[in-house]
Amino acid sequence: MYWGVLYGAAIVFAFICIALLLTLVVQSLPAWRNSGLGLFTGSTWDPINKQYGALPLIVGTLETAAIALLFAVPIGIAVALCIVHLLPAPLRTPFSSFVEMLAAVPSVVYGIVGLLLLAPWCQNVLYPWLNSVTHNFVLFSNVTSGYSTLLAGMVLFVMILPTIMALSRDAIAAVPKDQVEAALSVGATRWQTLYRVVLPDARAGITGAVTLASARALGETIAVSMVIGGAFGLSRSLFGQGNTIAATIATSWDDSTALTKSALVALALILVVLTAFVNYVGRRLLARSTQGATL
Amino acid sequence: MTVETPPLPMDPVLERRALVQASARQSLARRTFISRLMLGVCMFALVLASSILVWIMYLLVSKGLHWWSVDFFTQVPTTPTVLHPNAVGGISNAIVGSIVIDAFAIAMSVPIGVLGGLLLAEADNLFLRIVRTTSEVMTGLPSIIFGLFVYEILIIKYKIGFSGIAGSVALCILMIPIIMKGSEIAFRAVPSSLREAGYSLGMSKGSVARHVVTPTATPGLLTAILLATSRAVGETAPLLFVIGTTNIVQWNAPKAQISLPQQIYTFFLDGYSPAQEQIVWGIALLLVVVVLFLNMGSRLLSAFLQRERH
Repeated sequence: MYWGVLYGAAIVFAFICIALLLTLVVQSLPAWRNSGLGLFTGSTWDPINKQYGALPLIVGTLETAAIALLFAVPIGIAVALCIVHLLPAPLRTPFSSFVEMLAAVPSVVYGIVGLLLLAPWCQNVLYPWLNSVTHNFVLFSNVTSGYSTLLAGMVLFVMILPTIMALSRDAIAAVPKDQVEAALSVGATRWQTLYRVVLPDARAGITGAVTLASARALGETIAVSMVIGGAFGLSRSLFGQGNTIAATIATSWDDSTALTKSALVALALILVVLTAFVNYVGRRLLARSTQGATL
Repeated sequence: MTVETPPLPMDPVLERRALVQASARQSLARRTFISRLMLGVCMFALVLASSILVWIMYLLVSKGLHWWSVDFFTQVPTTPTVLHPNAVGGISNAIVGSIVIDAFAIAMSVPIGVLGGLLLAEADNLFLRIVRTTSEVMTGLPSIIFGLFVYEILIIKYKIGFSGIAGSVALCILMIPIIMKGSEIAFRAVPSSLREAGYSLGMSKGSVARHVVTPTATPGLLTAILLATSRAVGETAPLLFVIGTTNIVQWNAPKAQISLPQQIYTFFLDGYSPAQEQIVWGIALLLVVVVLFLNMGSRLLSAFLQRERH
């Protein structure tokens, strides 16, 4: 009876997971049958002519996540180092909880900040400036509107920053104190201690933090769909409107035909496999780093 | 007359030490400079990150707070007309919708999550290890897939129609892994001496779980549930395809509903009128206040518990 109830709950959960995966696989079959591997390699997304090439969406997903990581990784790790080793002790806890609270802010809120404030600012100030500074470099050409791949990447940067800060702070705080003191006692400067001793020791945890944050960046839906503009095509400029897998599902689901819905489910399946893998790796790395700390 | 003593051969250890000290002293200025520079860069990153975050909070309060009026909480949205461009009404429909959807989601996810957590804490086998890993991975999946799943199963297959309850199911799938993880930790923290005391009195496993383990773990369970709720309240994506929309106050869960994040997103999809563009700040502030209140409550509770334990 006792075990029956408990296993009942676990089996319900397992059943939900299996049903979820099965549903995605079965519902995406028509799209796989229609497009095959063209889903990965085709670059035309044209529901009317039943052309479902998701390459621009996959590229857009990776592009926005890469932009976000490019900014969030160095800044996040630097801030984590500051919190643990540079801030005066009474400030550490309040600052840490402030950071963690920001990870809880709903994504739709970041979406409206990007949409209502950053998009006009990008269009009128940032993009023209970048364009003239880089002499119309191809990545920074063609300022049309604020809605763009670059803006989506910047919004994602703000969203994943708290995750990287909080998790790598834990990893950095788990570095044994005697190692830090040993380095300082043989005459290493504070930066040498941080760079040569603390960071290498916390590497697994920091990598885990970055991995989990990139899973969040890859799967983020609402905020991205509000700022990326939603064009289906490969644009060479970061100022061009783009799209990501998750944002496409959110914006085009409601008025889609059955086959298009199936193609969107296939996209969701790709995304699930990708983020599940990234998440699994990240969790393993984090588990390893905290295990090391308890030893 | 002085006697010339030949210089003693230097101790090799001392010699090496002198060499190292000399080179360290020689590079000291450079190393100190680099250290100061890099620490400065780190502090700059700290200032940059915190000013971004403070700026967002400031925006929400400065643009949102003045919308909080009695009408905002009690009226339903109205479409602004030429005569009344500022008549946007309130968002009582979304407040009620959020309460109904989240209440049902909590009611469905808590039993599965807590019982699953108890099982993970009490037993260990291959099946349970797979369940644990799966649920950990699930917390990081894009939440929109839960909406897709519920759409395909409940809306298409079982034709229950766009409804608050379908949204609750989607949120429930999102919440179970979070509750399961938190309650596993809470149950593991219960001292085994308490359990053994129960068994020694002849209590069955079930009644030890009910009368001894669960009461001891209750604060930890509440932490997990609050955390999961704070995540669910702010989610837009899982509800997107399944709850429909409504412009009236709808307490009836099997009917079409709207939630607070949905209300913001609907204004976005329909294109904002200037006044609607402003009222979303009010909704966003309300959403952030509720989410942070739940989140902070859960944090304070767990900090309090840790102090109790030590």
